[in-house]
Amino acid sequence: MLNRKVLSALGVLLGAAPAVAYDSSYNMPVGVTQIAREVHSLHMIVFWICVAIAVAVFGAMIYSIIAFRKSKGAVADTTMLHSTIVEVIWTTIPVLILVGMAVPAAKTLVRMDDTRNAELSIKITGYQWKWQYEYLGKGISFYSSLGAESNYARQLHSGIDPNTVKDYLLEVDHEVVVPVDTKVRLLLTANDVIHSWWVPDFAVKKDAIPGFINEAWFKSEKIGHYTGQCTELCGRDHGFMPIVVNVVSKEDFARWVADQQAAAKAAAEGAAPTATTATTNAPAASAAAAR
Amino acid sequence: MAHADTHAAHDHDHDHKPSGIGRWLFATNHKDIGTLYLLFALLMFFIGGAMALAIRAELYKPGLQFFDPGFYNSLLTSHALVMIFGAVMPAFVGLANWMIPLQIGAPDMALPRMNNYSFWILPFAFTLLLSSFFTAGGGPAGGWTLYPPLSLQAGDSFPLTIFAIHMMGASSIMGAINVIVTIMNMRAPGMTLLKLPLFCWTWLITAYLLIAVMPVLAGAVTMLLTDHYFGTSFFNPAGGGDPVMFQHIFWFFGHPEVYILILPAFGIVSEIIPTFARKPLFGYDAMVYATASIAFLSFIVWAHHMFTVGMPLAGEMFFMLSTMLIAIPTGVKVFNWTATMWKGSMTFEPPMLFALAFLFLFTIGGFSGLMLAIAPADFQYQDTYFVVAHFHYVLVPGAVFAIMAAVYYWLPKWTGHMYNMRLANWHFWVSTVSVNVLFFPQHFLGLAGMPRRIPDYSTQFTDWNMVSSVGGFVFGFSQILFVILIWQCVRGGAKATDKVWDGLSHGLEWTVPSPAPYHSFDTPPEVH
Repeated sequence: MLNRKVLSALGVLLGAAPAVAYDSSYNMPVGVTQIAREVHSLHMIVFWICVAIAVAVFGAMIYSIIAFRKSKGAVADTTMLHSTIVEVIWTTIPVLILVGMAVPAAKTLVRMDDTRNAELSIKITGYQWKWQYEYLGKGISFYSSLGAESNYARQLHSGIDPNTVKDYLLEVDHEVVVPVDTKVRLLLTANDVIHSWWVPDFAVKKDAIPGFINEAWFKSEKIGHYTGQCTELCGRDHGFMPIVVNVVSKEDFARWVADQQAAAKAAAEGAAPTATTATTNAPAASAAAAR
Repeated sequence: MAHADTHAAHDHDHDHKPSGIGRWLFATNHKDIGTLYLLFALLMFFIGGAMALAIRAELYKPGLQFFDPGFYNSLLTSHALVMIFGAVMPAFVGLANWMIPLQIGAPDMALPRMNNYSFWILPFAFTLLLSSFFTAGGGPAGGWTLYPPLSLQAGDSFPLTIFAIHMMGASSIMGAINVIVTIMNMRAPGMTLLKLPLFCWTWLITAYLLIAVMPVLAGAVTMLLTDHYFGTSFFNPAGGGDPVMFQHIFWFFGHPEVYILILPAFGIVSEIIPTFARKPLFGYDAMVYATASIAFLSFIVWAHHMFTVGMPLAGEMFFMLSTMLIAIPTGVKVFNWTATMWKGSMTFEPPMLFALAFLFLFTIGGFSGLMLAIAPADFQYQDTYFVVAHFHYVLVPGAVFAIMAAVYYWLPKWTGHMYNMRLANWHFWVSTVSVNVLFFPQHFLGLAGMPRRIPDYSTQFTDWNMVSSVGGFVFGFSQILFVILIWQCVRGGAKATDKVWDGLSHGLEWTVPSPAPYHSFDTPPEVH
């Protein structure tokens, strides 16, 4: 039985590079949470088991195609009709392999389901076509839409080359800010149709369903920007409502919360919107300095 | 395998056919109806294929080059509906119509007039569906899976889509009834069930699946219709309903549906490989039991299409385990086909080429399916191109290649002519290489993070999308070779013998002349 550490080690050994978001064009990112690492390991283990089975099975097929061809003079063994023993063997071995896969998978599934003891709760509402984030108990609430530059470039016949846009289709006007090493609980719902919130680096994907609330959680171990996209067809601009999570140090998060609350207070009191609303993403510079 | 004892089944005096358009409109002959289904399926394959090429053209580069995103969504929705309900299913029904009576020694299907209705519903159903593109609001754009509330945002296309689906469902149910009644009642004396050719077995089981689940789809889409127009709230939370309930009902249909799309392919491959390996199918009984197990298990795995929906842990666990279980009988079949090849004496005519490509490439699709079954990992795969890669592998080099293999296998029996082998080989090789160029990179795209059902993507996905699009265009255009070959074969070619494949093929269909006479087995053959 594989425990968590062995699983992660196996995953790293089996071909994962320590990754930031989207650094591989071939494979799933290892991610920045314990769960993401476990998921990556599961993925790699199942993958390599499939490769091993493929080598055996395709090997037998290719060997047959080469060795048992009429043009090479092969004569068919027409007495070879069936064998109960062989059927039992090649049923039993796959069952054992599946049990071997199922055990670690079940353990990870149970851990993913445990949303207790979260330090921060964020309610996420999917809209056509943007996300709304509400930090429960903190009085912070904002919408997050596709960034303006991407939004211009993606229009039909815009004439703008997407390669000139930084983080094309993966930038937003208002990022989600969370503290590092903090269990963040997500409450997901939607306003209109079903959406789905996915950040590959956290291995979190959960549908946002109108009239219902789904729960998920993550605990990022690394500071940085992690992007994701809506993953449930939700209409015309389904491909244009990304997610950007900015994981910052706990100090930076506290400062950001204070700024947000101050801005919200000022807005509520009818004062003119300040420059703060435009720079609502936590300062990256101090985050880098803190590292 | 069964052999006919006597050639008294050759009915040379029964070869006069009705003429003119009436022959086709009022067809009750299983061969004519089979031909109608196959030609219809071929047409729909090109229509669905054109939609696919439009999709791949848009995805060739990042940025939007051709289509409004809403129209793009209607392209991907209709691509799936056309391919599943208009190409693959009718093609299998066409093969069933042609071959089941011939393989069991029956003069026709049990219910020939219902057979006619089953076919003729389809052109009307698809006219309805495709005409919806010209309505206000455009064609259906919520995905072929029609999830509410999104599918309820459709405009005037919505009732047309629902009615079209009802019509297709009725056609399938009637066809399935026909298959079961024919196989159960009209087998030649001596043909016990465990002597039935595997193509008939897989179709028998498929027919039961169809009867079980098409009504469920009908129920689901009717509930959508009443939610939209008659004030019900099945799926509307504001009225006390549940959008997720639709997903459960839909996928209770949907999962057996994908086995409906593949079981006849298993049957075809089980006929072809033994013929060209010159060796009987290994483990006939095991193959029958494995097919039946797959059919049974297909009813208890549906929610693996819904792992991210927020099911309770127990549900996720159950569906993960049952889905992994279904890999077992599928694997058993792959092993049995391999054992059929082992110690055989193989030649590689076009049917065998396509059957072997099926074996390799369907198995790859099976592996990605196993990966998808692992629920925690599925959270990273769900609704990405990894899923798209998986199901296209099992459907295109899976089901579609098996259909092509069947056409290449039985076309000489149908037409009486051998076809152009060089053209067939070109068709095979170009198709096989290009289908992999088209779909294999989509695994990478999904793993790297590209969602599905999007018309535009972040620039790091450019390279694999380009490769995939090139593969798509080569694959699409190479199907023209198939059409040319069929056309030429129908019109003429070297005369095919009764046995066609040098006496290798066993089965009653090879005891009638090529082309098969209009009426065959008016007197049942004796089978030992």
